[in-house]
Amino acid sequence: MNIPDELCYTKEHEWARMEDDLCVIGITDFAQGELGDIVYVELPQPGTHVDMMGEFGVVESVKTASDLFSPLAGEIVEVNDELTDNPELVNDSPYEEGWMIKLRPSNLDEDWPTLLDAAGYEAVLAESGAH
Amino acid sequence: MPFAGWEMPVQYAGVIAEHVAVRSAIGLFDISHMGILDFAGDGVREFLDGILTNKVSDLAENQIRYSLICRPDGGILDDVLIYRLPTHYRLVVNASNTDKIVDWLEHQNTSQHWSIDISVQNSALALLAVQGPEATALLQNMVGDAADLAAVRYYRGTQAPFLGNTITITRTGYTGEDGFELFVPADDAAEAWATILDQGAPHGIAPVGLGARDTLRLEAGLPLYGHELDDATSPFDAGLQKFVRFKNRHFIGKEALLEERQLGPDRELIGLELIDRGIARDGCLIVVAGEDVGVVTSGTFSPTLQKAIAIANVETGTALAGTTVHVRIRADLRAARVVALPFYQRPR
Repeated sequence: MNIPDELCYTKEHEWARMEDDLCVIGITDFAQGELGDIVYVELPQPGTHVDMMGEFGVVESVKTASDLFSPLAGEIVEVNDELTDNPELVNDSPYEEGWMIKLRPSNLDEDWPTLLDAAGYEAVLAESGAH
Repeated sequence: MPFAGWEMPVQYAGVIAEHVAVRSAIGLFDISHMGILDFAGDGVREFLDGILTNKVSDLAENQIRYSLICRPDGGILDDVLIYRLPTHYRLVVNASNTDKIVDWLEHQNTSQHWSIDISVQNSALALLAVQGPEATALLQNMVGDAADLAAVRYYRGTQAPFLGNTITITRTGYTGEDGFELFVPADDAAEAWATILDQGAPHGIAPVGLGARDTLRLEAGLPLYGHELDDATSPFDAGLQKFVRFKNRHFIGKEALLEERQLGPDRELIGLELIDRGIARDGCLIVVAGEDVGVVTSGTFSPTLQKAIAIANVETGTALAGTTVHVRIRADLRAARVVALPFYQRPR
């Protein structure tokens, strides 16, 4: 399972990466594997505000639906429109082409340190019995 | 994933890939969780004919029928296959209903003063399904000249040599494709599984889990107990009246179902194709002109149609084919087109 060192994570299996002053957010390789074939990603309109660990969307696989939680509070400034027609990008490339939203953090200094690093996320997976 | 007391794989390679393998080549399913009940004793035929909604008494040797088992009020206890094998009758019932059905049958056995021997065969027999357009060719190769599988008609079976055993092979399935189901001695099941996969490799065979079993049966419009069927649903509500045979026989639930036949069912199952984006799942409400008229019983993404599909249970006549209804998915109402079932029929 791929858990890149340079990303931060939530226990709900989202990842976050700062690009200049925006935070890019998606779901982890583990999450896409658990969901299986992803057929639909529901994302908010740009301009939407979201709380830390607030729901920002839903990802649907053939098997199930799963809520998406924002690692940081802020304003969503861009969503990945490619996922409308190609939701399978989340399966194929969860950390690159399968990104979901870009968010302008409103409370970065306080929120960011609460996220897990790669080792911390790996520990969460190990605790939950996932390997 | 735990399922009705069994450890079952939801998927092997992925639901969509497995689904496509069944539609285009072959899929292999381990469905040994299905309850396998064998019957012996005097009057088995009459005993079963007095319980099943479909007729048992005129089954030919190696013929199989789909049937329901109903309560006296017509509510469905289970949907089953009844087999008249050369030596005895067999029922295959839903895994989650096995205990309930055995109890129900034993209760009838005692209260009606039969002395039928009912034995659950799940320790002795595994059940494998080989489904898809290439299934006949693969299995014919494996059984050799001793049986002509192409000559076995739909819902018929045969006994044939298979990897050292003589087994019952039936032309049945739950996928909407041509194919067979094989009763294999449990001790040899692992070897049979591996050998079928090995010999099926040139055909593009794939092992298939519960996830694709569900998407395949849904496309084929086949009901699943606990979703389209339950003890509050009658065969008429579920559109299964052709599996209820009234004439010259008595079975549990007959009076209630006769009355319902006269009055007409107040519920019906419809097919939906989502127009708006999203997937309608079990439990989503169906809204027509601002009124709740029913509920989604099963929904998924159809790998064949490449769109979201669902089966819904609605008040009769409220959602006509060709019209647009709305499905409440989370907070939103999404448009869906009412379509005829099934969603998919294999090319013949």
